[in-house]
Amino acid sequence: MKAEQRTPGLTAQCQQVVELITDYLEGALDPDMTAEVEAHLQLCDGCDTYVEQMRATIRALGTVPVETLSETAQSELLQAFRDLRGPAAAT
Amino acid sequence: MPSKEGEPADAPLVERLRAGESDAFAEVVRAWSPMMLQAARAYVSTDASAQEVVQDAWVAMIRGLDKFEGRSSLRTWLLVILGNIGRNRGVREARTVPWSALGPADDTGPVVDPDRFRGADDQWPGHWTPLGKPRPWPRSPEEETLAAEDHRQLENGLAGLSEQQRTVVALRDVHGLSSDEVCSLLGLSAINQRVLLHRGRSRLRSLLEMHYAT
Repeated sequence: MKAEQRTPGLTAQCQQVVELITDYLEGALDPDMTAEVEAHLQLCDGCDTYVEQMRATIRALGTVPVETLSETAQSELLQAFRDLRGPAAAT
Repeated sequence: MPSKEGEPADAPLVERLRAGESDAFAEVVRAWSPMMLQAARAYVSTDASAQEVVQDAWVAMIRGLDKFEGRSSLRTWLLVILGNIGRNRGVREARTVPWSALGPADDTGPVVDPDRFRGADDQWPGHWTPLGKPRPWPRSPEEETLAAEDHRQLENGLAGLSEQQRTVVALRDVHGLSSDEVCSLLGLSAINQRVLLHRGRSRLRSLLEMHYAT
């Protein structure tokens, strides 16, 4: 696909852009494709909305509640740390 | 390596840990146990086993602190320890997740319904149709006022992904690991990691889209 054959930004089709979005967000596209995707996003509000929704999804995932170690396990670990590295352990 | 916001800075932290400050240890256990637990689930099959892998990794970290040379971040080093313990444990439990292969064959199609794009005979083939074009969402899913319902959608969505996609998306986006950390933990190539991330994130976006459209 050659960018100069058509308007930059419209060489890539929306259907292709949605498949390139993760590579784009990850910085894994080569400079030509990155420029093409960015030009496309300037021109196409559908894809612009799509990318914003991908970003919103990623940010929202960062707020999902997570599981952690049980309280018991955490206090056992703290005790292990004190036993192995605490001031008393050095004597 | 970019560290997640609110994460303790490395060098002073290592000093405090080596000095035996239990507050510093409690801090890292709070900050990093959730991502370790998520990663451990890639190796073992039960919650109890995953908890044990994480605890063993912390104990190994305490014992090995003096050997840490700072060539990677403390977090990355801890993840390497976790990976070794998890792999050994997984071998003993005879649990194998085919990380080197991609997802099931039924999950290789386009991430957006092809009907939402114009056909080959259109003036603009492959571009959004007027009806197919994404519409801005009525609210942002990460707003502080995030409805419990939105969270539930995402959690259900994550649970519904293939195990490989869920693990990669959770480690990257829920827990903030770098792509390098995820690739090394799971033995994935950078390309396969991105494919799993792409399919998982795209699926979750479309679930939120359906959620907001109703």
